[in-house]
Parts: sequence; structure tokens; C-alpha cells
Amino acid sequence: MSEVLKDAADATRPPAPSAKGVPLVEMRNIKIAFGGVHAVDNVSVDLYPGEVIGLVGGNGAGKSTLIRALSGARPADSGEILINGEPVSIGNPRDAKQYGIETIYQQLALADNVDATANMFLGRELTTRFGSLDDSAMEAATRKVMGRLNPRFKNFKVPVKSLSGGQRQSVAIARAVHFNAKILIMDEPTAALGPAETAQVRDLVSQLKAEGIGIFLISHDIHDVFDLSDRISVMHQGKLVGTVDKDKVTKDEVLAMIIIGRPPSEVSKTEIAELIG
Amino acid sequence: MAEASVVPESVANEPRRSARSLYSALEVDARLLGLIGALIIIWIGFNIMSGGLFLTPRNLWNLSVQSASVGIMATGMVLIIVSRNIDLSVGSVLTFTGMTMAMLQTQWLPSGLLGQPYTWIIVLAIGLALGAAIGTLQGFIIAYLGVPSFIVTLGGLLIWAGLAFEEASGQTISPLDANFQLLGGGPTGSLGETLSWAVGILACIGIVYSLIASRRRRRKYGFPVRPQWAEATLMVVSIAAVLGAIWIANSYYWPAALAEQFGKGPNTPVGIANPVLIAIGVAIVMTILATRRRFGRYVFAIGGNPEAAELGGIATRRTIMLTFVIMSTLAAVSAAILSARLNAGVTGLGAQAELYVIAAAVIGGTSFAGGIGTIPGAILGAVVMQSLQSGMVLLRVDSPIQDIVVGIVLVAAVGTDAALRRRAR
Repeated sequence: MSEVLKDAADATRPPAPSAKGVPLVEMRNIKIAFGGVHAVDNVSVDLYPGEVIGLVGGNGAGKSTLIRALSGARPADSGEILINGEPVSIGNPRDAKQYGIETIYQQLALADNVDATANMFLGRELTTRFGSLDDSAMEAATRKVMGRLNPRFKNFKVPVKSLSGGQRQSVAIARAVHFNAKILIMDEPTAALGPAETAQVRDLVSQLKAEGIGIFLISHDIHDVFDLSDRISVMHQGKLVGTVDKDKVTKDEVLAMIIIGRPPSEVSKTEIAELIG
Repeated sequence: MAEASVVPESVANEPRRSARSLYSALEVDARLLGLIGALIIIWIGFNIMSGGLFLTPRNLWNLSVQSASVGIMATGMVLIIVSRNIDLSVGSVLTFTGMTMAMLQTQWLPSGLLGQPYTWIIVLAIGLALGAAIGTLQGFIIAYLGVPSFIVTLGGLLIWAGLAFEEASGQTISPLDANFQLLGGGPTGSLGETLSWAVGILACIGIVYSLIASRRRRRKYGFPVRPQWAEATLMVVSIAAVLGAIWIANSYYWPAALAEQFGKGPNTPVGIANPVLIAIGVAIVMTILATRRRFGRYVFAIGGNPEAAELGGIATRRTIMLTFVIMSTLAAVSAAILSARLNAGVTGLGAQAELYVIAAAVIGGTSFAGGIGTIPGAILGAVVMQSLQSGMVLLRVDSPIQDIVVGIVLVAAVGTDAALRRRAR
């Protein structure tokens, strides 16, 4: 076995928990099936405070499905989820939010017909002591968060339908940030964005990471993943291929894991060479 | 056109403004203004064609009473359609709850409870509870069992009408309790002069208070507010509209024969009819529910993007079920008004009401694509529909022709709205 591949084999073992303390999130043996198809088959991943886990895989690899179990959008059929070492039950998005799990979905999940403020507080509206919506207080909070995230954002009173892709993205991110997420799930956060806005999202990820937030980053873009992640979990046809330390693998090796579906230790040099061409 | 007509004298002294900037400063809903404009055109048109018969206190008073029942239900239909559903059963729910209330106060209640001063309260409470129960059942099947609302309420349309026929064996149930009849309006079921003015003044205080309070709130957070002159304009126009309506209601006098029978002098003002007062109350409550409460915010969010609403942590199914509970309860309110007015429980009481209610909501700007609609718009839509009908009756237009005209107006109104929306985008 060559030196490089030996390193990679070591890297497939996650760092010992004792090194970093208790993981923020542990998903153990998660199984999710649609009909007879095992969309997620016995997958275990973990996430530590201040860490970014890149979750990669081809189309239909099951990465979005896995993460939807954590965000409460589609609960797992079996398996365990632990937050700070405590087993929890996440049956719907409300449960997830209670544990500080915020999600930025690929399709952004905004209500198009209402304004940025209404979207940011959707499901968690501020009310006056009479129980009516406190629109002014909510608008003030939205202006404050937006001032930090996207100072050029001015359209607080129009339906988000009429906003640009980047502005809509700001609204989705503002929603996650404002409610003090401890665990952030970003599903293809830069898919709909231009270069400047993508850079903005990258800055934000670094900033949130520094604040000790744990981030699951789902992306097609292997460059994004390598730039932002600490560890990379690769999925293939519903199964976890392996979790590797970013510093101990090459992009080509991760690519091979994505396509062939085997950890680097089980992939021969010729196979990688064939892949790269 | 409507924007220009509301400029008061005082504004003329201010620096010149274009109609557009005035309009934007007022921050009023363009669609609502368009609807008011259309209504004014319809009223003036009918008045000219009928030789001055339309814009009389008597006709306008009747118009207000006739619009009340459809208007009440249209406010509920807005929430249903906004959340991408439909309720075809409202007419039959109306018939069934109306007939049940008629049976209660004539046969079903123990005789000790009949003819008492509080009989009408018991009957109304049971009627509203029945409406709420029907709405809960239909809403549960739609929201929790996932059967499309079109199907569930189409079934309801047949079922509740059938039950109404069965419970009274197809008979007309009459006469009703004397106090219950007052819910239906008529000179005896109206507020009279003094109370009408009192209601009007209360409404004016409410308008002034809410405008000032909203301005204060925005000021507190340093948000932009309307210029003072625009705020004043809005206040003056609203107050004038309220007091004008009261004045018209008080300009309609008791018919001579009836006045004599009840020992009233000649020219006794009738004032606001009870059904209209109920409709105004419903409109206020529903507007607060739709715009100032979480429930309303969720209804609109579900209509805009059901998946986003679910992911946002909204209890979407409970919210949808509640819209149907409200709708059927409002149908029961209208049932009380209509049967009280007829002084009878009738098997055809709510026939085709669902069509008029849906039409009123849609003319009032509610979009079938979901997520768009307003309560005041739906009420105005009901008044527009009723104006067309009562105007054509005044002109002695045959009833089939009336249907044709109403049908054309419905399609034209929605078509215009859709075209304007496309252009705005």
C-alpha cells in the first residue's frame, strides 16, 4: 500500500471523540426507505461545535434525505439522533428548531407572497401582550439582522417573490442566523447565486464557524466543499462510503469515493487513474 | 380616477403633487380603490337608468341588508381560497343549520324553553355550534385525511341539503320566535336613530385611534411614516364615509302602516339593520384574524408556499382545518339572518349561495393561485354582486338575463385583475 493511500485509510476513521469532547450532533444507524428503496441505509455521521462537515455524493446518493431527518422534514424510519450526547426525537420541523437546528433549504423554502419580515419570523412570530402580531418589532429585528448580512437590502415591505435570488438567499440565511442556530444545515446554499453572493455565503460560513456553530454543508461543488469543510462525509446509493479529514485526502480521492462508492483504501491507483483520465 | 377625487381642499395649498405621489403617500390598496371605483360607476349607472330609483335611502338600505349574508360568508371564503382550497358546501350548510334552528325554536326544544326571551340565544348558540361541528368534520377529512377539499365539500353540498330536507320532511317551518326574527333586520330589527349614530361615532373613534396608534408604533422604531397631510386625508375620508353611511340609514323611515302599528310617529328613522351590524362585526373580527394574528399569517403563508410553511414549523393541517370551521360557522350566522328575515326555515334557503360567495371573494381580489386576498375586498365584492342584482331588479330585467350579466361580470372582473397583475410584474 502506498504512503498516500495509507494516510487516506487512516483518515476514514473519524477523530476520537475524546479529542474534541461530546459531539454536537450524532446521527447513528439512520435508515429511511421510500417504498422498497433504501434512500438512506444505516448511515452514521457526527458533527462537533465549530466544525463544518461537507456532505457530498451524486444525485440520489441520499444526502438531502439524511439531512431532512435532522431538520424534521421527513423523520427517519429507524436510528438514533443525539444532540450534545442526549438522545432526542425529531418528529417535525418544530422539534428540530427547539434543539437549535436551523436549515437553509435548496429551494429556500420561502412563502413567496409575504414580505421578508413575515418570512424571517414564519412560525415564530413576535406578538404583543394581546396576542396580535407585533409587526413593527419584527420589522425592526429583520432590519437589524439584514443590516449585518446584506446592508444593501432595502425591500422590507414587498413580497419576497419580487426579490432577486441573492436577496432571497439573504432572507433564508437571516432566518437561520437570527434564531441563534447551534446547528446549521445548508443544502446547496450557493446553487442559485452569482460569484459575489457566493463569496458572501463563504464569508458567512467562516464567521458562523468561528462562533462555534456546527454546520452540515451539502454541495455538488467539490471545490466549495474542500474550501469550507473540516471533514467530508461521502454518500453513495444510500450508504455512507466514509468520512475523511479534508487535510488528509485529495480532491481526486474524494471524487473517486463519490463515483465508485468505496473508501480510498479499497480503491486501486489504476481505478483513480482511469477516473481522472 | 378615484385617487384624484379624494384630494381635500387643504392639500391644494401644499406644494403641487402629482396624483401618483399622492396615491403612494396614502399607501392604500390599489385593488380596493379600483373596486370602490367600479361600485361608484355601477351605482351611478343604475341610478341614471332607473330614473333616480337606485340611489335612494330605501334602496341603499335594502342593498345593505341583502349584501350582509353573502358578505359574511365571503370573509370566510377568502381564507379558504387563500390557502388553496375551496368550499362548495356553504349553501347547503346554510340550509341545514337554518332549518335546524327553525326546527329547534318551533318543535325540538322542550316547551319550557320555547317563547322565552332567551330562546333565540339558545337556538343561535346551537346553530353556530352545529356549523362549527360540520366545519370540523369537513376540515378534518380535508386536512388530516388528505381528501381534496373540492371533493369533500361537493359531497357536503349534497349531504347537508339532503339532511335539511329530511329533518323537516321537506316542509317550510314557520313562524319563528319573535326575538329570533329581529336578527333578520326590517324596521323592528334595526338600531334606530340614536343607536346608529352611537355606532358611527364609536367607529370614528376606532379609526382615529388605530391610525394614530399605528403611526406611533412605526415612529417608535424609526420607520418611515405617511406624511401628516396624507394621514389626515385618510382619516377625514374614512370618517366621512362612516358618517355618510349612518346618515343614509337614518334617512330611511319606517313605512307608514308599520309605524302606526308599532306606535311610531311619521318619519321615524330605521337606522342600521341588525344583519348589517353583524356583518360589520364579522368583517372586523375576520380582518383582525387575517392580518393581525398568527393564524391569518399562517393561512397566507400556506397559500404562498405550502412546503415552506410546513418546513417553517407551522401546524399546517390544524390551520387548514380551522379555516373550514370558521367558514361553516359563518354559514350558520348567515343562516340565522336569512331564516329570521324570511321568518321561516326553508329547504332552498342556501341554494346556489356557494356560487355567490365564491364570486364575491374572487371579485374582491382573492386569487385561486393562493396566497392573495383581503377581507374588505370580499365584502366589497359581495356589495358589487348585490348591487348588480338589485339594480337589474329595479330595471325589471328578467332573471335569466340577470344571471347572464352576473356571469359575464364575474369573468370580466377576474380577467381584468389577472391582466393587471401580469402587467404589474
